[in-house]
Amino acid sequence: MNLAYRDVRHKLGRFLLTCAGLGLLLGVVLAMIGIYRGLVVDALTIARAPGIDLWVVESGTRGPFAEASRIPGDTREAVTRVGGVAAAGSITYQTVETEHQARKLRLYVIGYEPGRPGGPPRLIAGRGIVRSHHELVADRSTGLGIGDRIALGRNTFSVVGLTEHQVNSGGDPAVYITLLDAQKLQFDLAPPAYRVQLARGTGAAVRDTVNAVVARVQPNVAPDSVAESVRRWKHLAAITQEGQEAILTGSLVDRARRQIGLFTSLLLVVSAVIIALIIYTMTMEKLKQIATLKLIGAPDRTIIGMIVQQALALGFIGFGIGAALILTAKNYFPRRVVLEPDNVLVLAGIVFLVCLLSSGLGVRAALRVDPATALGG
Amino acid sequence: MTESQAPEPLVRIRNVSKHFGEGETRIDALREVSLEVFPGQVVALLGPSGSGKTTLLNAIGCILEPSGGRMELDGDVVYDGRWLRSDLRRLRLDKIGFIFQFHNLLPFLNATDNVAVVLNLAGLDSGEARKRAVDLLDYLEVGNRRNAFPAKLSGGEAQRVAIARALANRPRIILADEPTAALDSKRAGIVMDLLRKLAVEQEAAIIAVTHDEKIFDRFDRIFQLRDGRLDTGVT
Repeated sequence: MNLAYRDVRHKLGRFLLTCAGLGLLLGVVLAMIGIYRGLVVDALTIARAPGIDLWVVESGTRGPFAEASRIPGDTREAVTRVGGVAAAGSITYQTVETEHQARKLRLYVIGYEPGRPGGPPRLIAGRGIVRSHHELVADRSTGLGIGDRIALGRNTFSVVGLTEHQVNSGGDPAVYITLLDAQKLQFDLAPPAYRVQLARGTGAAVRDTVNAVVARVQPNVAPDSVAESVRRWKHLAAITQEGQEAILTGSLVDRARRQIGLFTSLLLVVSAVIIALIIYTMTMEKLKQIATLKLIGAPDRTIIGMIVQQALALGFIGFGIGAALILTAKNYFPRRVVLEPDNVLVLAGIVFLVCLLSSGLGVRAALRVDPATALGG
Repeated sequence: MTESQAPEPLVRIRNVSKHFGEGETRIDALREVSLEVFPGQVVALLGPSGSGKTTLLNAIGCILEPSGGRMELDGDVVYDGRWLRSDLRRLRLDKIGFIFQFHNLLPFLNATDNVAVVLNLAGLDSGEARKRAVDLLDYLEVGNRRNAFPAKLSGGEAQRVAIARALANRPRIILADEPTAALDSKRAGIVMDLLRKLAVEQEAAIIAVTHDEKIFDRFDRIFQLRDGRLDTGVT
């Protein structure tokens, strides 16, 4: 006869409500873990998108994400000629706010050279950019569809393709346009401003600059050795892909990452305390029944089994509810929530341990109950 | 039934004492109490509040360790003046049945399972335990309520289920703490008659703490306690 199961079945509604409450709490913990992971993944997404080995940026900077970087537009030809480089492409990054269907859109605009490294990693609909001007590949989270037209600066672009999961470290969805369009967007002045510049005698600003050149190295060539060759040019710096990712996680999103990490840890501690309190309270409510069981001869293992089984059931049902809730709702979060199986398993393990430790408190109280408590009123 | 007809008492207590605290705070709850209860006897422990009735019942039930004296239950020495036996829970399971003032049935088990749980703890498989529990409930005339949970049972029904639980392992000693306190006089009489019948049929000793004067005539002997001392038994 399983006493834990019988007790739960007798107060099933109350037990399930408790599980649901705990599930909501664990759901929040899971969401925070997912947001934490999502922040890191988001930060690395754009850097990983081109699938390259080397970033060539302005000397003395750690660009193009952590710091501003501006290098001449012809750097790409020079980098292509460096020994060991298989392919290279120029790239620009800028944030633009625009409107589409009366909705404000904040976009991370990536300019690249079609046919060279730097473009969108994978299309989920439509096609890539084939025309030199005014075509755009957008991330799905922009809400744009194939054939939509959107104004960027002084030009209107047609959406020809869709990609997914391409956002910058701030969570702004990315759009890809040609390098030439990106440079025009970045440097072309509105006519009145252009006329003022002409009147001042400064003329048009030099617009053949890019933020970085990305390069893929040949097989069996170490990116570090190519980076070393590039660094010989004093006006350029070269960062390997590994180095760029370290900059992004260690610098750009580090504070936010630590903030969320700390908050998640606090939530875990709060959850542990709440689980402990629930289990302790559940046990304290049953002290007279436990005393009766002791009096009629129930061994300690029967009483311990009852408390531990209920604690574990509470933890796992609560965890299941929380996990189901977040897995269902994660796509509705404004920023990406990434839940890897190992994260979920680690939290399940923590919940298991917390339940076990918390039931220890209840077990301690139960074992100290005097069977004589069952006598009298 | 008298002592002379039953050579081996089921409960034999010799000079049992129990005190709480030391020095100025010392309270002598039991002072050299001696008594014997024989198979088939139903005895009452009477006394004013604080006289030591419950302490004596707890000591006999191996819930409380005496401070001195000697205690034998069903021929086994459970306390020899120094040590209380270590396997007390097993001893309680096998030899002692408890009936409580407020029945103390487990609220999450139905009547059958409240009885079967004791048999289950004693090692009987669930099916056999339930079958015996139902037989016992039928015998106590509450078989028709076998699937009811304690909250749905009347006071009398609940007390009969509690008696069934106390008898499930066929204990030789049954300790009852105010078994009729929660019942009206008619039901109290029925319960006491039932206990008397069981004591005779199962050759068990029943010791009850009670204040209920209406049922005094149902006892073979009445032990009066005053300030932890036992007065002469009244037959």
